[in-house]
Amino acid sequence: MKTFKGRPVVPGTAEATALVSHGGFNTLASFQTALQFDKPEDKTAKCGDQNNADIFEKPMGGSALCLPQTIGSTTGGMVLYCAKVMGKSPACMLFSEHIDSLAAAGCILGSVWTDTPMPTVDCLGEEFLNTVKTGDKIKVYPDGTVEICD
Amino acid sequence: MDYKMELTPEQLALLNGEQGETMAKVVKTLVMYGEAFGATKMIPVTSEMGHLVTSFGLKVMTPVYDLMQQLIDAGLSSKQKFSVDPKPVDPKVPSNFAKNLVFNKFMYTKQDSYDEQLRKLGLVSDEAYTCTCYMNEVGNLPKKGDILSWAESSAVVYANSVLGARCNRNSGIIELFGSIAGFVPYFGLVTDEGRKATWIVEVKCKKKPEAQVLGSAIGMKVMEDVPYVKGLTDWIGTELDDDAKAYLKDFGAATASNGAVGLYHIEGLTPEAVEMGESLIAENAQVYVIDDAELERVKNSYPVMWKKPDKAPQLCFVGCPHLSLQQLKEWTDNVCEGLKKSGKKKVTIPTVFTAAPAVCDEFNKTEYAAKLAATGVTLSYICPLMYMNNPLAKMGRVITNSNKLRTYTTSRYYTSEEILDIITKGAK
Repeated sequence: MKTFKGRPVVPGTAEATALVSHGGFNTLASFQTALQFDKPEDKTAKCGDQNNADIFEKPMGGSALCLPQTIGSTTGGMVLYCAKVMGKSPACMLFSEHIDSLAAAGCILGSVWTDTPMPTVDCLGEEFLNTVKTGDKIKVYPDGTVEICD
Repeated sequence: MDYKMELTPEQLALLNGEQGETMAKVVKTLVMYGEAFGATKMIPVTSEMGHLVTSFGLKVMTPVYDLMQQLIDAGLSSKQKFSVDPKPVDPKVPSNFAKNLVFNKFMYTKQDSYDEQLRKLGLVSDEAYTCTCYMNEVGNLPKKGDILSWAESSAVVYANSVLGARCNRNSGIIELFGSIAGFVPYFGLVTDEGRKATWIVEVKCKKKPEAQVLGSAIGMKVMEDVPYVKGLTDWIGTELDDDAKAYLKDFGAATASNGAVGLYHIEGLTPEAVEMGESLIAENAQVYVIDDAELERVKNSYPVMWKKPDKAPQLCFVGCPHLSLQQLKEWTDNVCEGLKKSGKKKVTIPTVFTAAPAVCDEFNKTEYAAKLAATGVTLSYICPLMYMNNPLAKMGRVITNSNKLRTYTTSRYYTSEEILDIITKGAK
């Protein structure tokens, strides 16, 4: 098991399987198709961003999404909030860098305006993103501790 | 909630629910947002008007409209009137049965009810749907030093850079919350320190750089940092006239969409660069040299997303961000001249020029309107990006001179000169 310590932007606990994007995560491009055209009861939310080879067509719903930052349209925060309300968001979001303003908006809106906040940790460092692999089991704690379990 | 920033007694009262639970949640969101970026306090929004990014009644955004309804039901509205991004649909824009079905029956089913919500929250007028709210004809023109609560990346970077106003790159909803509360967190681009350039860009081109490619190159290099651009006034002058403003509009939109730039300084041209010069450059700023070869490299790196790249284009969009009045007139002259040279009367593929409703109105009062209509070009207030935001768009072959539209859709980028050739000669 490896442990990393970041800053809890939205404190909370989570256990989920890692989904790792080494490049910037384009929120709108990733969620657009899944939110718009998948059935409401389908919570898998496969990534629709064809420019992100790491996670294209992989399920994002309920994952521990590991990423440097988000990129793209300023609708990004709203899209993340919609995914949260519709039950299609990741279980938690883990940023290697300082969180960006669009992702922060989405995570914080989810925290304040829904009953089930999505734990969000940033500043986990480059080594975190170099270490974690898609499929790893992840545990997140309220103080920003993230465990990658063997 | 735990927080470190300093709040005034009035702000604290709002946070504690003095004006109700919904207002308390609005303020709590802003406080948490500010805390995430180390904001030390809240500062008042001072601009006359706001600008929202969310203009579309997209069914999938129902949670956003539910949230907006909570605000309306609580009696909250923006402290300022606001403009909003362009509408996603215009009957004038070429479409077909399948697209109309998808747009009207599946995607934009919330448009009418959302428009009504916007009116209740503070939309300044039914004509105020544009990404270029800062055009004189539209009238949402902040003053230098104004504090804004805006979203829409291309408008924010223009307001910060060309007008000298101060605004962070906010997400949708956050900008509305700032306008409702009347204050925004003090961090990033609203601070003096956050406006310092951490990149020096040296433009060493032998011909005038295409605004959309230069912006793209800089955006991809500096990402969310602030660039200080040297050497560009050799090409666009030292006066912020209509030409320079139009150039910087398109340049800035590319920096913001191909990267995440919220502010740039142009040496000898933009207000803060003129006033403060190189004192705006932070210590240890990195350097990026751009010449013609670098711009060619960047342009050639754009992927072609068409399923059949060798086939002819089917639709052309010019005007993302929306065109200025002067740009509309220039494009009209250029298209007329190009058609005359090629011996054609109409453009070779369906072509749409987009501009703010108020700019379209002004344009339609001029003799250029009839000239443009005669070429077969459609003038619209639509948002090309939202028009292409559907699975059917991926099947069509759209060309554009917009690097923003290229980035977010399957459209193919050409320079303005290349676009003109294609639509007047049928080239490519």
